[in-house]
Amino acid sequence: MIEFSRVSKRYHGSLAVDALDLVVGEGQFTVLLGTSGSGKSTTLKMINRLVERDEGEIRFAGRDVRHFEPQDLRRRMGYAIQSVGLFPHWTVEKNIATVPQLLGWSYARTAARVHELMTMLQLDPGRFARRYPHQLSGGQQQRVGVARALAADPEILLMDEPFGALDPVTRAALQTEIGRIHRQTGRTVVMVTHDLDEALGLATHIVLMNQGRIEQQGTPLEILSGPASDFVRDFVGRSDIGIRLLALERVAQHTRTGEILPGEPLLSHNTLREALSAFVARRVDRLPVVDEQGCPAGTLHFSDLIDARHDAR
Amino acid sequence: MPPFSQRKHDRVLLALTLLMLASLYAWPLLTWAPNRLLTGHALPWSRLANGWHPLLWLPGMLLLPAWALRPRRLVWLATALAAAALLAGLCGLAGAVAAEEAARTPFGRTSFGAAFWSMALLCWLTAAHCLTRLFPRHSSRSIAHLLLWAPLGLLLASGRMDELSVLKEYANRQDVFDDALWRHVQILLATLLPAIATGWPLGLLAFRRPALRQALFAVLNIIQTIPSIALFGLLIAPLAWLAQTSPWLARAGVGGIGMAPAVIALALYALLPIVRSMVAGLEQVPAAVVEAAAGMGLSQRQILLRVELPLALPVVLAGIRITAVQTVGMASVAALIGAGGFGAIMFQGLAGSALDLVLLGVIPVVALAVVLDALFSFFESLLEIRP
Repeated sequence: MIEFSRVSKRYHGSLAVDALDLVVGEGQFTVLLGTSGSGKSTTLKMINRLVERDEGEIRFAGRDVRHFEPQDLRRRMGYAIQSVGLFPHWTVEKNIATVPQLLGWSYARTAARVHELMTMLQLDPGRFARRYPHQLSGGQQQRVGVARALAADPEILLMDEPFGALDPVTRAALQTEIGRIHRQTGRTVVMVTHDLDEALGLATHIVLMNQGRIEQQGTPLEILSGPASDFVRDFVGRSDIGIRLLALERVAQHTRTGEILPGEPLLSHNTLREALSAFVARRVDRLPVVDEQGCPAGTLHFSDLIDARHDAR
Repeated sequence: MPPFSQRKHDRVLLALTLLMLASLYAWPLLTWAPNRLLTGHALPWSRLANGWHPLLWLPGMLLLPAWALRPRRLVWLATALAAAALLAGLCGLAGAVAAEEAARTPFGRTSFGAAFWSMALLCWLTAAHCLTRLFPRHSSRSIAHLLLWAPLGLLLASGRMDELSVLKEYANRQDVFDDALWRHVQILLATLLPAIATGWPLGLLAFRRPALRQALFAVLNIIQTIPSIALFGLLIAPLAWLAQTSPWLARAGVGGIGMAPAVIALALYALLPIVRSMVAGLEQVPAAVVEAAAGMGLSQRQILLRVELPLALPVVLAGIRITAVQTVGMASVAALIGAGGFGAIMFQGLAGSALDLVLLGVIPVVALAVVLDALFSFFESLLEIRP
């Protein structure tokens, strides 16, 4: 969907992005991960031409992005940023309707879409549609920001540290939300973050950047199980790689069906990391598992966690 | 110290009440002179005896203990009403006393004394103090002010104060006064409209080009430091020359003296606050909002018209308000180069040492400035994003 070939960007003579080659696949959730100054944000903004590249080529839907009018290009891409940037003088519904309005959608179509998006992002349209941004909490504002980015059904969603300013609880809720939206709609997403756990939890493809270059890219499992350099190893955390690996898999995949145990059960969609926590906290080596409807599904043994890691390798 | 609203006593009201008592004790309420040029002397309290009128002592009784009452809405409302009634009562008393004196000596002049002016100011402050607490929203407060002071206007219009010296001066020069009012408004509009028409685009340009901004503000700051009389004077020669060389300009009213140099000078002064408020207004638009707008595909022009200007508008309007008030005041000085307006009445009074004639020029200028300020504040308050 988006291809970078040997793209460079200089700020005041120093390279922010250095001869970058990158392919963002259709339907993928690509996360550009890195420390501040790694060039991840610049890379994202070169896609919708908020930042113009100095060298190389960026293709979107097969054509160089320079061949699009910047406005047309941007209206085909959703864009959400950390500080949200809602228009303070417009109500929530008007904010969400920004791009549909620019595209000249009919009133009825726009209103229906705003209603649909607010429902999808769990903002009650009856309560929130006519409020102003400053009447919302930070998490609600960011939900509106994401709804606004999705409004005109963009081919790709670009997000620049969208949850960076939120408290951990709100952030986790919105991460779940955006993951669900990605799975439901199959939309291509490119997100910038410096939060490893956020990247591991959401990405189908992680691009770890350092000093304007790609240090390593691959699925979360590939990054965790085969760090390509000392930088990657340090970034993913040498001592808790194991724990993070466990967070990538679900209890359901390792449940032994047919065994039924009494006691407080694990949920089949819990991660193995949560299961480990339960084993340690309750000082047991096997736990019952129930599925999402609450029906007994089997048991999980402590030793299955280690097998899981071996399978991953 | 407990927060203001929980304090038992209203110290501001106490201070205002004490100042009222002090000014009534120290200064004359009304003065009397045998004719319009002589300096008046205080009318003794005995001559004001017919002023034991309910409009004076009733509000007086209310105001005296108000500071000690527990602050709440009813007390504020009553105090504001009492202050307005007291001022109306004082005006009524002044009118009645003036009528009595005029019946005795037809050329004698009864004028407001220092205590009257300070009482007027203190009554207004008292009412404003209470209304601010009663109406947190600016727009409703403006309307409350209007209602509170309307009776004073009615009293003035009813003719009950006509024998007071200032109003006698008005009666003698009604035509001059009306011309001056019209001319003053003309100068104001002729200054503001071109200043806005050039100031806003300049502000926009300065906002977009920081290099230009420094140079522009340097020039505008220098203009602002030139005393107004000097600038009026400096413009006389070039404009006179222009009028001589191009007769059509002269026919259009351009000359070394009169409206033209006045309006040019005032517009130059007006540019700084107008340009500055435009730049300040645009600068306080959050960068994230502009970035989001660009990222969603709004064009530069759409960002300006739909996002930047609407968000800058409150600051821009505040700039116009300050400029309008400044221009009303400075336009008085323009009378020195023959521009007319209320300044002409003031200078005439100064030349003839007729203090009441000076007042006839000063009072409407102050009133005009206050009204303009209130009007623009009202519009600004309508723009406030509702909490």
